[in-house]
Amino acid sequence: MNDVSDVALRLAIVFVVFLVAPLLVGQTEHKVMAHMQGRLGPMYAGGFHGWAQLVADGVKFAQKEDVVPAAADRRVFQLAPAVALLPYLLVLVAIPVGPGDGAVGQVVDAGIFFVLAVMGIGVLGSLMAGWASANKFSLLGGLRTAAQLLSYELPMLLAAASVAMAAGTVSLTGILDAFAWWWLPWQIVGALVFFVAGLAELQRPPFDMPVADSEIIFGAYTEYTGLRFALFLLAEYAGIVILCALTTVLFLGGWHGPFGADGLGWLWTLLKTALLAFVVIWLRVSYPRLREDQLQKLAWTTLVPLALAQIALTGIVKVAIN
Amino acid sequence: MTHSIASPLAAAVADHPGFLSPTGVEIAFVLVGLATLGAAVITVTTRQLVHAALWLVVALGGLAVEYLLLTAEFIAWVQVLIYVGSIVVLLLFGLMLTRAPIGRSPDADSGNRWVALGVALAAAAALVWIVVDAFRTTWIDLEGPAQGSTAVTGAFLFRNWVLPFEALSVLLLAALVGAIVLSRKHDTDAAVRSAPDTAARRDQGRSKGEGPGKEGQS
Repeated sequence: MNDVSDVALRLAIVFVVFLVAPLLVGQTEHKVMAHMQGRLGPMYAGGFHGWAQLVADGVKFAQKEDVVPAAADRRVFQLAPAVALLPYLLVLVAIPVGPGDGAVGQVVDAGIFFVLAVMGIGVLGSLMAGWASANKFSLLGGLRTAAQLLSYELPMLLAAASVAMAAGTVSLTGILDAFAWWWLPWQIVGALVFFVAGLAELQRPPFDMPVADSEIIFGAYTEYTGLRFALFLLAEYAGIVILCALTTVLFLGGWHGPFGADGLGWLWTLLKTALLAFVVIWLRVSYPRLREDQLQKLAWTTLVPLALAQIALTGIVKVAIN
Repeated sequence: MTHSIASPLAAAVADHPGFLSPTGVEIAFVLVGLATLGAAVITVTTRQLVHAALWLVVALGGLAVEYLLLTAEFIAWVQVLIYVGSIVVLLLFGLMLTRAPIGRSPDADSGNRWVALGVALAAAAALVWIVVDAFRTTWIDLEGPAQGSTAVTGAFLFRNWVLPFEALSVLLLAALVGAIVLSRKHDTDAAVRSAPDTAARRDQGRSKGEGPGKEGQS
């Protein structure tokens, strides 16, 4: 009985984090973007600096009519938001926030593979949405999503493989246990490749060609309104949280910090994740959108060779140490 | 697989778990197997092309769950990563790029369906027979520590099966190079560049009515 309540408690905590963290990132994005562009952002909802703006948005989305286009494939159209969102919830279960087995939803033996595999499923949601909408813009968005995923999955996997080689394990908790501060300069190239490829996989600016609102009107999500559109938005922000947390765990040492190792480890994880989330927002404000050919070129001629070089470096250093 | 397929003879052997008192894992295994089989059948019978690809996701995902139930965790996640995450996305990409109508495609059928069914049944029978014959008396302890964990799989692969593994990677590399060669053939840009200089000059002269000094602008 104790085990059951323990598991239930962990899952409940993961679920609450899954609902709250994307909202925090979204609100931060509102305010940070506003200040970077010399405006104030939302100021009224909730009273203090518009903190309840996203809650109000959620209420607005829930009130809207749920429209399915007449020519659409109804079932696939309605299923797509769930397919886009649920994988991120599953991934969150496996991410450790602190030292030991107590600070992770569920210890997964092949953690890296689990996380990357399940993250890849989320993209199926965008593809389903793009196809099922019976709309040319949506289909174009779906196509661009698929093309982008196919080219950026490889450098992401290679970069993650480099860390697995360095730690000698594919378990996320095992990698954190093996971490030492000098891994930071050692794996920095892999970290950059992983982060950039992850951004592209999430279709965040400057890699938002598949949802480019000014040319193909939000791509795969053109026909969505109301709650289903809100679910897609939630999936995007949950994706940011997951990507930042994963980069933190794999490359930045997760709960390791200069001090406060016992008891305050989770704070380091959250701090690093939040910092990376800020960088994601920052990139959105400061970089123009990459064109499709530039996107592909970056993946195949820059990121893949860099990731391979990082793997070679990791191997050499690993052998030298032994 | 061995639990559900192995013959009753093996079950009769003492010390081995029997089929008459299946555990929860075994029941789950059979149920997931039935769902996977159903999804696979729909994949090949549906007239809606994209639906077939999406049912394939269900079938491949079901297989991953079966691997998990057999404690082969690493294999399960690799299955999801490669097949669901990459192969199906590639499949959908190809469908969207060429033809992916919403609704039924009347021509999504083949006259070879009975031959295909025969081949599929023969292949399935051969596989089942081989698996039953090879693992008749092998039982996996589902309760203890995972026997298909990453460390075990890795050690097994790189100690006992290195040569087949390397041979497979050479095969894949050859396929990769072959694909590149095939796709380059149709690339007129590359053909002009790699063709002998005279041919390029002749083409250039024909289209522009000018002699040398203009090549390389194609």
